[in-house]
Amino acid sequence: MTAKPVPVPTPETQPFWDGCAAGELRIQRCVDCGKPYFYPRPVCPDCGSVNVEWFTASGRAALYSYVINHRPAPGFEDEGPYAIAVVQLAEGPRMMTSLVGVPNTPEDLPLDMPLRVTFERRDDVYVPVFTPAPSGAGP
Amino acid sequence: MSRGSGVIIAGAAETDQVGRLPGYSALGLHVEAAVNAVRDAGLRMRDIDAIATVSSPGPAQVAHALGITPRWIDGTGVGGTSFLLHVRHAAAAIRAGYARTVLVTHGQSGRSRVGESPFRIPPSSPAGQFEVPYGTFGPTTTFTLTALRYMKEFGLTHSQLAYVAVAQRRWAAKNPRAAYRDPITVEDVLASRLIAYPFHLLECCLVTDGGGALVITSADRAADFPKPAVHVLGTGESAEAPTISQLADFTESQAFRLAGQDAFGEAGVAASDVNHLMIYDAFAHVPIYGLEALGFVGKGEAGAFIADGNTEPGGRLPLNTNGGGLSYTHTGMYGMFAITEAVRQVRGEAAAQVESPDISVVLGNGGSFATAGVLILGRQPR
Repeated sequence: MTAKPVPVPTPETQPFWDGCAAGELRIQRCVDCGKPYFYPRPVCPDCGSVNVEWFTASGRAALYSYVINHRPAPGFEDEGPYAIAVVQLAEGPRMMTSLVGVPNTPEDLPLDMPLRVTFERRDDVYVPVFTPAPSGAGP
Repeated sequence: MSRGSGVIIAGAAETDQVGRLPGYSALGLHVEAAVNAVRDAGLRMRDIDAIATVSSPGPAQVAHALGITPRWIDGTGVGGTSFLLHVRHAAAAIRAGYARTVLVTHGQSGRSRVGESPFRIPPSSPAGQFEVPYGTFGPTTTFTLTALRYMKEFGLTHSQLAYVAVAQRRWAAKNPRAAYRDPITVEDVLASRLIAYPFHLLECCLVTDGGGALVITSADRAADFPKPAVHVLGTGESAEAPTISQLADFTESQAFRLAGQDAFGEAGVAASDVNHLMIYDAFAHVPIYGLEALGFVGKGEAGAFIADGNTEPGGRLPLNTNGGGLSYTHTGMYGMFAITEAVRQVRGEAAAQVESPDISVVLGNGGSFATAGVLILGRQPR
């Protein structure tokens, strides 16, 4: 069976993937305007500044939207119908992810449910995925 | 300065057939569509001096296959709306004197995959790093992702989403070329198999083979062609996030809205002036987003507007009158077919002809809400 897809970092995204390997969700923010953003790139999408820095996000998020896919992608054949989700980080940016530790059914996945990050190993890369968090729980 | 883009669509045609066509390559579909469109304009291939099409097989290949020596080339390839952008870019080129008679072609072996490039997302691309690892598998898993958020924010029901497919099937029933013509009910849609919850099979577009082509030239030649000229009154284009997860707001398309604003502004028309509408419908929620982005209804109102019958035969705003990507055909880059149907309607030669199609609006989408184009077409210049 095919393995799940493994992301290949670029120089601009390497710090993000290094963070994942260390168990931290490291994203960027603009030093000039303060806006956090994702996906990694060397310019602030809000003000155009190249004065940007990496920081470690809390790992807390809320479920923004999802689908439950019934036609599995290569590597996902054994999953059964699985959620492809977009979460909104507590810091504001959104990212796509998988939802683990919870049945992937509409009944178990109300929008806005609180989540926290965890990491799933793929070869030598760790991929951030999210799992339900008790409401109001800290990082 | 007069309003409008200053150009007309002088010729428009599709391949002889659309559907499952294993006897054609993608390039073969471009060629047949091009020959049909040039004939429709009453021209010969040597009258064409400019070419526009998407990056594969590409404008140089298509021009060469047809024996065209272009003095202007546009290879804009931004997904299914590309052909709307080609019309807009052609208008600018014709006004600038860079081209006189532009041929825009589409051909895609989307179903049979004859002479097509394989799908592959590089694992180092933004999508390859930040979406594909989560099991995305084409548009059914990305384009659809916005819908649950919209449903929660605005109360759109599963039945209203399903009704989009029901309404369009009523148009398809009148179109002998449509792939699916049998009437369906909301219950049929909701009973069809789940593809990516909340989307069922009948809420997803077809996957077909086919092509289409257009001949664009200056409006001062409007009387020179065998068919009534279709005036390009207004045009617009925009782009938002190329990965769906980065769309600013899952309840709306900024690119649809901005492209529409430019097109309506150029044309000098209002939504209330529009008699006919084509909105790219790869999935059932896209016409909902389009109706709201173009200002035909308020935010959150489009699901009820369609379910109340306003867009189906007999309704006040005929929408996707060929049956759309959901029931007519969808090669992968559907935008060309939205344009060709609008041209047929404005000319008065459509299979499901609407009354008084003085002004028709076409909204195209590329990727998953990534790019947009809008054309406003009319019988008369502004």
